[in-house]
Amino acid sequence: MFDYYNLEPVLMWIHSTMCGLMPEWLAFTIEGIAVGIFIMVMYAVLAIILIYMERKVCAAFQCRIGPDRVGGRGGLLQVPADVIKILTKEIISLKNSDKFLYALAPFLVIMASILTFSCLPWNKGGEILHMNIGIFFVLAASSIGVLGILLAGWSSNSKYTLIGAVRSGAMIISYELSIGLSVLTMVILCGTMDIQEIVAYQENGWNIFKGHLPALMAFVIYLIAGNAEANRAPFDLAEAEQELTAGYHTEYSGMHFGFFYLAEYLNLFITAGIAVTLFLGGWMPLHIAGLEGFNTIMDYIPGVIWFVGKTFFVVFLLMWIRWTFPRLRIDQVLILEWKYLMPLSLLVLVIMTVMKVFGLVF
Amino acid sequence: MSTFKDYINGYAFGIKSLLIGMRTSMKVFMQKKITERYPENRHTTLYIPERHRAMLVMPKDENGNNKCIACGLCQMACPNGTIRITSETRETEDGKKKKFLVKYEYDLGACMFCQLCVNACPHDAIRFSNHFENAVFERDKLILTLNE
Ligand code: SF4
Ligand code: SF4
Repeated sequence: MFDYYNLEPVLMWIHSTMCGLMPEWLAFTIEGIAVGIFIMVMYAVLAIILIYMERKVCAAFQCRIGPDRVGGRGGLLQVPADVIKILTKEIISLKNSDKFLYALAPFLVIMASILTFSCLPWNKGGEILHMNIGIFFVLAASSIGVLGILLAGWSSNSKYTLIGAVRSGAMIISYELSIGLSVLTMVILCGTMDIQEIVAYQENGWNIFKGHLPALMAFVIYLIAGNAEANRAPFDLAEAEQELTAGYHTEYSGMHFGFFYLAEYLNLFITAGIAVTLFLGGWMPLHIAGLEGFNTIMDYIPGVIWFVGKTFFVVFLLMWIRWTFPRLRIDQVLILEWKYLMPLSLLVLVIMTVMKVFGLVF
Repeated sequence: MSTFKDYINGYAFGIKSLLIGMRTSMKVFMQKKITERYPENRHTTLYIPERHRAMLVMPKDENGNNKCIACGLCQMACPNGTIRITSETRETEDGKKKKFLVKYEYDLGACMFCQLCVNACPHDAIRFSNHFENAVFERDKLILTLNE
């Protein structure tokens, strides 16, 4: 029933036409480059949209109106102007830093987020990296980012960056547990780790409805831990301005800093995207049982719009959290994880398993 | 066992207070924004709150008379020496001696808008207006004579 928007035949057709024109290896190379460029462009465009959205949403939460001058009443050109500014800035090289690691760190961070970004299910047949352990791969790849942060902190040879990086490491590694457990909860519900199959499982009802109470709890846990993973307030200890100037990227300038900044926003999008995939049915349209006409109309909206729409909704939820709560101290962050979130997510995992075994989920 | 109960209570309390926080910020999100788009809306929608203290004025009635009795309390109350009052003693028709205000000088450049003068005045002769566009090029122009 979603076949009008299935991308797979189109992509297969492009591939076979190209194979007819040239040897297969060349076709693969060209396709690879095209997909790579597509990812980069999407990445940049989404980052600009997200930064703009963050500014506007944050302004609204603080009773302001946000960017307003550059580019007409909406301030639409503010973010592109900032991007151009950051592109033209000098990249400073530090005297006593570890030059190689210093240059490598931003790339590790951005690579981790691009890898996870490629796993998002945009549409039916529209997933760039498709593998049968997809969600597992996402968890693994996103952890590379921590390495980048730790290296950035270490190689800049400054006390602020090092403390920032160590805090960030401690925090991300802790919250990875909650993320892992809540993802596992949903994997148990769906019985698969394949991202496309997880989405397909939600064809007749999103997981958050199917798994009701435990799924809802897992969703909340995921959002909290995801916020921590993306290093955003109230968990922005890694770059606590008051004590650590800017944390692990204090010593970075120009586009190197831009990479960290970009990765932060894209991680927000990815966290939201994975949440949508796991809990809100990925690109599946909203169906209400019994309303046939409504359901058919919903089917006509392409999956990619559903996915992006839902993702931005979750991004809004994350921003709401961010601009509401004050920052936690490092010990409070760890207490929250180890004393509150972790036990709860273990409990949710057990409940979900029991419910799945006894068939109590829809 | 009671520690476990405390733990659960703490959990519930925490969740409740977090939700209250989120409700509050959502209310602000929905509110009308208070930012003023200043130079453009200068003559249209600009809103300066009533109690904003921008400049000391001495309101006059229809006949051009103010309520000041030249008692000098405002001058004494002012911590900055911003106000200088010149008065003279005249004889009224019924033969009483009474002070009259000759000149009421107010140095806007030295005022810190503490409002002590307004609070000190026994006759409500002075108040603060919210006319805030007071930039001038010379310092002398900041010395205003209010009773003119
Ligand atoms: S507001 Fe304060 S500083 Fe200004 S004139 Fe009155 S008493 Fe003096
Ligand atoms: S303004 Fe008020 S306090 Fe000042 S001299 Fe006049 S009556 Fe007295």
